[in-house]
Amino acid sequence: MSPKPLDYESLNENVKKVAYAVRGELYLRASELQKEGKKIIFTNVGNPHALGQKPLTFPRQVVALCQAPFLLDDPNVGLIFPADAIARAKHYLSMTSGGLGAYSDSRGLPGIRKEVADFIGRRDGYPSDPELIFLTDGASKGVMQILNTIIRNGNDGILVPVPQYPLYSAAISLYGGSLVPYFLEEEANWGIDFNSIRQSVAAARSKGITVRAMVIINPGNPTGQCLSEANIRELLKFCFHENLVLLADEVYQQNVYQDERPFISARKILFDMGPPISKEVQLISFHTVSKGYWGECGQRGGYFEMTNLPPKTVDEIYKVASISLSPNVPGQIFLGLMVNPLKPGDISYLKFATESKAILESLRKRAHIMTDGFNSCRNVVCNFTEGAMYSFPQIRLPLKAIEAAKKAGKAPDVFYCLKLLEATGISTVPGSGFGQKEGVFHLRTTILPAEEEMPAIMASFKKFNDAFMEQYEDYRGYSRM
Amino acid sequence: MRRFATERAKKLIFGSLLSRSAPSSPLCSSSSSSAAAAAAAAAMSSTTITSSPVSVESINPKVLKCEYAVRGEIVSHAQRLQEELQTKPGSHPFDEILYCNIGNPQSLGQQPITFFREVLALCDHPSLLDKDETHGLFSADAIARAWQILDVIPGRATGAYSHSQGIKGLRDAIAAGIAARDGFPANPEDIYLTDGASPAVHMMMQLLLRSENDGILCPIPQYPLYSASIALHGGSLVPYYLDEAAGWGLETSELKKQLEEARSKGINVRALVVINPGNPTGQVLGEENQREIVEFCKNEGLVLLADEVYQENIYVEDKKFNSFKKVARSMGYGEEDLHLVSFQSVSKGYYGECGKRGGYMEVTGFRADVREQIYKVASVNLCSNISGQILASLVMNPPKVGDESYESYVAERDGILSSLARRAKALEDAFNNLEGVTCNKAEGAMYLFPRICLPQKAIEAARAVNKAPDAFYALRLLEATGIVVVPGSGFGQVPGTWHFRCTILPQEDKIPAIISRLKAFHEAFLDEFRD
Repeated sequence: MSPKPLDYESLNENVKKVAYAVRGELYLRASELQKEGKKIIFTNVGNPHALGQKPLTFPRQVVALCQAPFLLDDPNVGLIFPADAIARAKHYLSMTSGGLGAYSDSRGLPGIRKEVADFIGRRDGYPSDPELIFLTDGASKGVMQILNTIIRNGNDGILVPVPQYPLYSAAISLYGGSLVPYFLEEEANWGIDFNSIRQSVAAARSKGITVRAMVIINPGNPTGQCLSEANIRELLKFCFHENLVLLADEVYQQNVYQDERPFISARKILFDMGPPISKEVQLISFHTVSKGYWGECGQRGGYFEMTNLPPKTVDEIYKVASISLSPNVPGQIFLGLMVNPLKPGDISYLKFATESKAILESLRKRAHIMTDGFNSCRNVVCNFTEGAMYSFPQIRLPLKAIEAAKKAGKAPDVFYCLKLLEATGISTVPGSGFGQKEGVFHLRTTILPAEEEMPAIMASFKKFNDAFMEQYEDYRGYSRM
Repeated sequence: MRRFATERAKKLIFGSLLSRSAPSSPLCSSSSSSAAAAAAAAAMSSTTITSSPVSVESINPKVLKCEYAVRGEIVSHAQRLQEELQTKPGSHPFDEILYCNIGNPQSLGQQPITFFREVLALCDHPSLLDKDETHGLFSADAIARAWQILDVIPGRATGAYSHSQGIKGLRDAIAAGIAARDGFPANPEDIYLTDGASPAVHMMMQLLLRSENDGILCPIPQYPLYSASIALHGGSLVPYYLDEAAGWGLETSELKKQLEEARSKGINVRALVVINPGNPTGQVLGEENQREIVEFCKNEGLVLLADEVYQENIYVEDKKFNSFKKVARSMGYGEEDLHLVSFQSVSKGYYGECGKRGGYMEVTGFRADVREQIYKVASVNLCSNISGQILASLVMNPPKVGDESYESYVAERDGILSSLARRAKALEDAFNNLEGVTCNKAEGAMYLFPRICLPQKAIEAARAVNKAPDAFYALRLLEATGIVVVPGSGFGQVPGTWHFRCTILPQEDKIPAIISRLKAFHEAFLDEFRD
């Protein structure tokens, strides 16, 4: 009997180590229940269109025209497409001799990278070089490429916030590196504590780990906090002193729901700080069309921008990008449209602005509804969602619940989330998927269900939660964790 | 930690002193060697490493090791020349660069299939379906297909992340298309839609390669995605040579020989890559040959990785495409007998939709616990782009007899395929007419891979400027004619033989000029280096 090459035992160990809870156990169980006919509210992933958010009209018009350029030759095209969409489609088609069907430059179409550079320049007040901007099939691919470039072996450590978006932990596992956690302080609004970061780094180094990079997610995922300018300055100083490359995941930069701390890019602050930091600290910034008020997850459009990387390193990163030939061209066009939006006076501007504003205002409202809703529940404490798309309430599980979970062979928050799913159809991701302090439990949900459905969803959650707590609390009240 | 930094710093200084006159290697840069030396000196005396964290000295060595000639040095050079043509017209003996390095049909004027683009446009902007005027602009069956597709997308939301394997309804359609093609059933649960076939190849390499002791059998010459991916994932490439004298034939005796040799060196050979039709070689495997290959993989316990992206590009009457799945099933082999991964793409065929990044792998014969791992890795990236998924379902289910668009679809398809066949023949004949050049027929795919016998003087001239002889030839060709080809060393070849890969994709009316310029260059080159 010939040996089987692809038995589980003989798989790449790094693959086996990967965990990505966002589409893990809870999601799979929810999908099963959905197949059985149960109504499921999927709040496990930041996927706005799946929960009813409508795509913005203008970009869809432009890309449809790019998709079928023969429409532009039809005399009746003006009956169903506005003139500015037609003009913009021609603008993007002129960038590529092969239209949407040709591989572009492996870094993305130069014309679109220029639009991205112009956007960054306007946003930050410092010029950006299109040659250092690489478009990717979604920001995730860019993150994975960069981590693969940095990580040589298990002794290379990457500082990652806890809780974090598990793309980082998954990629680090896949590439055989070490995750060096730094805990965000829940009681201080998920703030950063530099002493604790320094301790993490020292502990890692004492184990022989070379800490190479630091990830920040701003606004945070799953935690939603928006970093202040002072925070980012300290982070850059830290990276300078500790010789780390800063990986700034800024995909939620359009999703900000408070006014005290608007989004400021790490790059802007880097340059504000002047030399030596502005010249020495290596920075890679990530952005996407999947989030913001665009929510075009399915297009897979994103980019990363490199600052202060040596040209030879950029060449190597280009080389790896070239193996996959090019990012998808429609996704690139969505990105171009996002960074180079309509202006007042454009025919479609009013509609575009109205659609965008409505989405952002509704997200802000839903951030409040959800936070307040969670805080009204027994044994649940929730920081306000300052940004991004998620709510990450802390669930103070009574001892009896924890014991029941253990008996069922499940982590306590997984146990809670499964019960929540079965009772209400709300599909969340247990906090253990993101990392949390020992003995502290959370779940992540999104603020994306439609505004009209929110009150009912929060009521359904409260009913389940309060009944759960009643069932598992002992007469002394909730356990002090 | 400090000692490690000191050792590395010492090597940096020593290395940079040696490298000052030698050509730059990836780990040492002659232009920054003094800076590196200074940094290293500082590092020795301080407690922290002062060299930047992401420099070529400190990045993943597997990244440094991998290479991909299709968009490598010669292409960068061509781009520079192209810029010069714009800024200084007349500065070169040609007025345009002709990119024959990459299978990118639409960049050279090939038109997309109208029906596919109609459906995609409607799916991109479904509001069009609510407008009366749409019926005047789009064919009725494109409208109907768009509705069908939107109905299988939850909420009709083409902007939402889908299931990580791809939208279920589209996988159903693709499975049906596979079954119609092969006459054997296909399971939608075996299909993973990806951003082009290349990411699927990467996924399998990631799964299969644990260390350098794991090897993958690859054809030489091969499409360098395989060598690059194996290097990137830390494995070993085990070469098997295609037989140029026998039309790039694949002999199982050669497979066995290479397999045994690798095993004797302690390599666990895990899989066999077969590219059919071949790239860069263009051969289409005969069915008997395919049966031998299936038998070989089954007996030796190898995963068969079947790159079938050129399945619709066949130019000879006496050959047809048989998928390895069909061959295996018709031999009576089922899931229990063979691990098979079949790759397909929307980038090639007659559709040539490279920029869309659509493709899939069909994974059969794998147990549930392994499939869970494949799913898990796919889920980290959430999903492939939806438009590409839709296109893959269209490619596997094009218009049928009786559909409104059928005739125009067939005209477009056959027009492209017959033109490709003519161009393949014209270029094959042209290469064979050059002195010292032999070229096998392109039975399929999109390339010709002529062999050039280079005079000894040319080989020496190449060595003198530190270039592989075929790269030297290709560079000279570029500088004289503006034609960009990829040197054979980018694909692998029997040592001492030289080739280059040229696509058959320039528009038909450009082919005569290409042939005459090539001929003129080649004759001049031979005259210059004649022994």
